[in-house]
Amino acid sequence: MQAGMERTTGEKMVLNFGPQHPATHGTLRIVLELDGETVLKATPHAGYLHTGFEKLGEHLDYNQYIVVTDRMNYLSPLSNNFGYVLAVEQLLGIEVPKRCQYIRILMAELSRLADHLLWLGTAALDLGAFSVFLYSFREREKLYSIFEKTTGARLTTSYTRVGGVFRDLYDGFETDVRDFITNLPKALKETHTLLTRNRIWMDRTKGVGAISPEEAINYGLTGPCLRATGVSHDIRKAEPYSSYNEMKFEVPVGTNGDVYDRYLVRMEEMIQSCRIVEQALDNLPDGPFSVEDNKIMLPHKSDAYGHIEGLIHHFKIVMDGHGVQPPLGDHYCATESPNGELGFYIVSDGSGTAYRIRIRPPSFFHFQALPHMLEGGMVSDTVAVLGSLNVIAGELDR
Amino acid sequence: MNEEKELTEETQPLVLKRLREKFPDALLADAEVSNGISIVVNKENSYAFLEYLKTELAYTLLVDITAVDNSNLESELLQYDYARFMVVYQLYTFEGETQRIRVKVPVHEKDLKVPSVTSLWKGANWLERETYDMFGIDFEGHPDLCRILMPDDFEGHPLRKDYPLRGRGERERFNFDKQNA
Repeated sequence: MQAGMERTTGEKMVLNFGPQHPATHGTLRIVLELDGETVLKATPHAGYLHTGFEKLGEHLDYNQYIVVTDRMNYLSPLSNNFGYVLAVEQLLGIEVPKRCQYIRILMAELSRLADHLLWLGTAALDLGAFSVFLYSFREREKLYSIFEKTTGARLTTSYTRVGGVFRDLYDGFETDVRDFITNLPKALKETHTLLTRNRIWMDRTKGVGAISPEEAINYGLTGPCLRATGVSHDIRKAEPYSSYNEMKFEVPVGTNGDVYDRYLVRMEEMIQSCRIVEQALDNLPDGPFSVEDNKIMLPHKSDAYGHIEGLIHHFKIVMDGHGVQPPLGDHYCATESPNGELGFYIVSDGSGTAYRIRIRPPSFFHFQALPHMLEGGMVSDTVAVLGSLNVIAGELDR
Repeated sequence: MNEEKELTEETQPLVLKRLREKFPDALLADAEVSNGISIVVNKENSYAFLEYLKTELAYTLLVDITAVDNSNLESELLQYDYARFMVVYQLYTFEGETQRIRVKVPVHEKDLKVPSVTSLWKGANWLERETYDMFGIDFEGHPDLCRILMPDDFEGHPLRKDYPLRGRGERERFNFDKQNA
């Protein structure tokens, strides 16, 4: 920063960063006012990927909307699926069976791993560490195969349903996942040797884009970006939802709130997620994988074809204006998505379609706080800071 | 779980008790919900109320600001004197038992103004811009209240109930030249 100040010329230059830029990983735009290489002012612009998800929610029924949640944070769709159906279930006042809760936690933690791995690869790639990108994508690919085998899709998973998940885990899921979580710490160790004490990596990330805990809270940061400042806050611990109260894990925190700490926090979170996955696999209960109430979940196909009751239930759930109908009221449900607090605020008028769905995306707040982290720094740090925040345009703009 | 139970002197959370004492006239309704409390406050007191929550009761994290267009929700309209919009604030505290508070402020269509809370939380800036963009609610005292998700020359407020799902007509062109001039 000091070096940059000396090179100032007193002339202002406006630089348009994005909407198409390799480091934005989506369509975001930042207008940078520069003096030499120093950023005087940064103005982030959002809205390039606005898709009207909240409006759509007022026209789709509760189960149809799950498909939309996939497309919000496209790096960890399973977390979004989970957060959304949890909100609807809490509005309905139902609790899903233990096995279902464990399956959801398993998938949410695996998707947290996938999200952090992608973040690690691309954030390192932006700063020129190409090998890390290859290492992390190699691991992420294994996860995507597991997702594909479980849900039938790599990205648009739509795995959960209101009242459960749409199918059970496949045979051999446990072997695949155990295989993965025993290998991942080794792969992360390789990354540590490449980055953590690497002179270039440390120079590019230490003290860059720092934010104090008070400012972070003031800006509404959550997730790894808040924890990197030293605030030990994790919704999985603070308000344990689903079966998270049965899991043992630590909440890693940083001290400086800079890019380097965000990196370390995410690295440690992956190890903790592995722990949760392992515990969930060890204690995975038997039993049904969704509620056995055919007023909420679709009946089994053989029932729908073979029995009149099954057929009626199937018809009632699928038909417009029937199906899942939460009582009149509103509810806000927050979950810890890989990026931070992902909240769904649902207002129900008692019909089969939500009256209003509001999504509280973590990236919206992180992107808003960007000027605070950039101003006064170097223009090349923009890439490092933006990468460390992991702003996902899909959930930023909805 | 969303059943709102009647609160008596003994069962009500401490926070709610303090709020009732501090703002005896401002609270239009309050209820305990599964993960906290939900309070409806009149517009005149909303800023003082939120400031009190932040500074005195340690609700330091502003989780969300949004609005709901209640035009088709008769029960809400009847309850709050036909106020069309409800601005909803979600707050969170890192301390204490009642972690989440939902503050709702009814807003009439003829007077679409709410005091801005950007001076309390920096994070409120974009949230208020989005609420303005989607519902057309004016936040008084906001430093730069302009559209955020929709283009600057967009007409209408898409999350209002009278705005059609498929929009109003096609956009003929993107007049970038005009915007940049």
